[in-house]
Amino acid sequence: MKPLPSSSIQAMVHSLRELFARRDLLYILTWREIKVRYKQSVMGMLWAVLMPLIIVCSGLVVRYAFSQVSGKPLELSDLASVAVKSAPWAFFVAALRFGTSSLVSNSNLVTKVYMPRLAFPISAALAQLLDFAIASVVIGVILVLAHTGLSLHILWVPALIACLILMATAFAVIFSAGSLFLRDVKYLVDVFLTFAIFFTPVFYDSSLFGHWAPLVLVNPVSPLLEALSATVIHHQAPSLPWLAYSFGFTGLLCFVSLVLFARLEPLFAESV
Amino acid sequence: MSELALQVEGVSKKFRRGELFDSLRDLIPAAARRLLRGRRDDEKLDAREFWALRDVSFSLEPGEAFGIIGGNGAGKSTMLKLLTGIMRPTHGSIRVAGRLSALIEVSAGFHPDLTGRENIFLNGAILGMTRQEILQRFDAIVAFSGLEEFIDTPVKRYSSGMFARLGFSVAAHVDPDVLLVDEVLSVGDYLFQQKCIERMRTVIANGATVVFVSHNLREVATLCRRSLLLERGQVQKIGPTSDVIQLYLDRAQQKRNLERDRDIAITHVTTHDSSGPRTEFELDGKMYLTVEAEARTRHEDMSVLIQIVDQHHYPVFDTCTQRLGAEPITLEAGQTLRCTFELDVTLAQGTFHVNAFLHRYITNRPYDTWNVAATFFVAPTPDVRGVVSLHPRLMSCEVT
Repeated sequence: MKPLPSSSIQAMVHSLRELFARRDLLYILTWREIKVRYKQSVMGMLWAVLMPLIIVCSGLVVRYAFSQVSGKPLELSDLASVAVKSAPWAFFVAALRFGTSSLVSNSNLVTKVYMPRLAFPISAALAQLLDFAIASVVIGVILVLAHTGLSLHILWVPALIACLILMATAFAVIFSAGSLFLRDVKYLVDVFLTFAIFFTPVFYDSSLFGHWAPLVLVNPVSPLLEALSATVIHHQAPSLPWLAYSFGFTGLLCFVSLVLFARLEPLFAESV
Repeated sequence: MSELALQVEGVSKKFRRGELFDSLRDLIPAAARRLLRGRRDDEKLDAREFWALRDVSFSLEPGEAFGIIGGNGAGKSTMLKLLTGIMRPTHGSIRVAGRLSALIEVSAGFHPDLTGRENIFLNGAILGMTRQEILQRFDAIVAFSGLEEFIDTPVKRYSSGMFARLGFSVAAHVDPDVLLVDEVLSVGDYLFQQKCIERMRTVIANGATVVFVSHNLREVATLCRRSLLLERGQVQKIGPTSDVIQLYLDRAQQKRNLERDRDIAITHVTTHDSSGPRTEFELDGKMYLTVEAEARTRHEDMSVLIQIVDQHHYPVFDTCTQRLGAEPITLEAGQTLRCTFELDVTLAQGTFHVNAFLHRYITNRPYDTWNVAATFFVAPTPDVRGVVSLHPRLMSCEVT
């Protein structure tokens, strides 16, 4: 154990280094999350396939309802776009939800055993990747069957997904520490996530709002989802300024969340 | 000169009584104050704060076994939490050379839905092992726990003894440079406890530095050469374990003298010879042990029991008035009792303590108990070692 790191940056570097040294712990905690989720259920891992499918299907139903109400004909590409956006969104919501409660639900470990606590929110968020990966495969198959085609723009996808994962994890890190001190944070996050679907272009496109589209895109998740649908379905380049905004936001958020977490971590055991 | 294995310097820890924040009204000014002043201002205490530990310093050589003793609330657990890094000290620094691991809360990492096998990996990682290390030691861990048959059963189906055994088995194989041990040795059945103590000795023998926290004086005395006595968060003494334990017991006795307001109490226990009080005796000499008691209300059918224990507090001998043929004793209010035992000192060299008990003989209901009421020493004799003298004589010693 080193002497107390004096500055916040040092504290952050120290906790990242420690997490890296204990990366096996991160791996095993993630594996635990996944394993435990499907224990003692008849369907077991099948749920990992079913859950994303259900979310995608509900998106399709909503989209179908939209087109019925507005009278605009429903195009196949619209449906494909909903599918492509709803899976990452489901991941984002789940990662935040499980990540936020991760420290409190592991409070007996937080108070009784020493380990890099960053591992809790990060593993909780990463564990949601399994569902996301399975959903992505399913969607990929659907897209191939639907003959949506391919373009070079698809090369954007890894960067977009990586950014989404980082953002979700960073939020999970902040909110997990926040809810450890004040449980209110958990309720706020829950309420916020319930309504966030209305402010995020998952079942609709931001273009629906015309001049007001930027209002939707201020939500840093929106440009990522729009870019996914643009590159995969519509074979267009994504909107670079908005993407830059999302990437910048994510970078800043990662930094802030790590510093904040490292600053608060010494108080965890006596505050939980 | 080797590097210190563990160095604790001027460590203090402040805690708050009561809820962390009573209301939003408290929270906001407190948070603002903390933001403005930073965390380094805290020499002073406000009304609800107290020092759980105050200015504790000690250091350990590699391979040393060190005990921390003290009563409840003395700060032992806080010290452990600071040593493991679960909490940070308010002041001071703690340096550990190498990997530190704790035999505390050894089953905290278990997940009830996972099997024993899965939990070994999970708990191993939580306690600081890499997957590679766990794989290498997996068979040894399972064998140590003795749970081979149940290793693929979810641990929620385990009995609490099995649960604790698996936990200890994982923790015992972490192989740290510095090991912290709390009173986990009371885990499992007798055989398993023996196994644990054996394991501890191996760990110490293999050169690990061990910090042993306990109020089980016997365990500390047998495992640690040097110890520290904590009282209300402050170091009372650091030194040879037997001295530290003696001080701890003396303190307990002082406290006992302060609370002398019971209905009946043992007031004095003294050792003496025919001429007067004495604490040093020789093998085969005579020792007299006098116990005095005072009653404020009537007590009947009592007997006085004395017990001699060795320096590790293992009982060596006991006897009582009833067994020696005395009638049950009855004391009226205001009466005092004084009884003297004559004992042949057949003890080998060492330090011995006297525990005195006053109880109702038939029901064994204790009226007063006084542990380590007196201490005496037996001088060394060249031909006897151990606890007692069996009066050896050499009958023959022939080479054919």
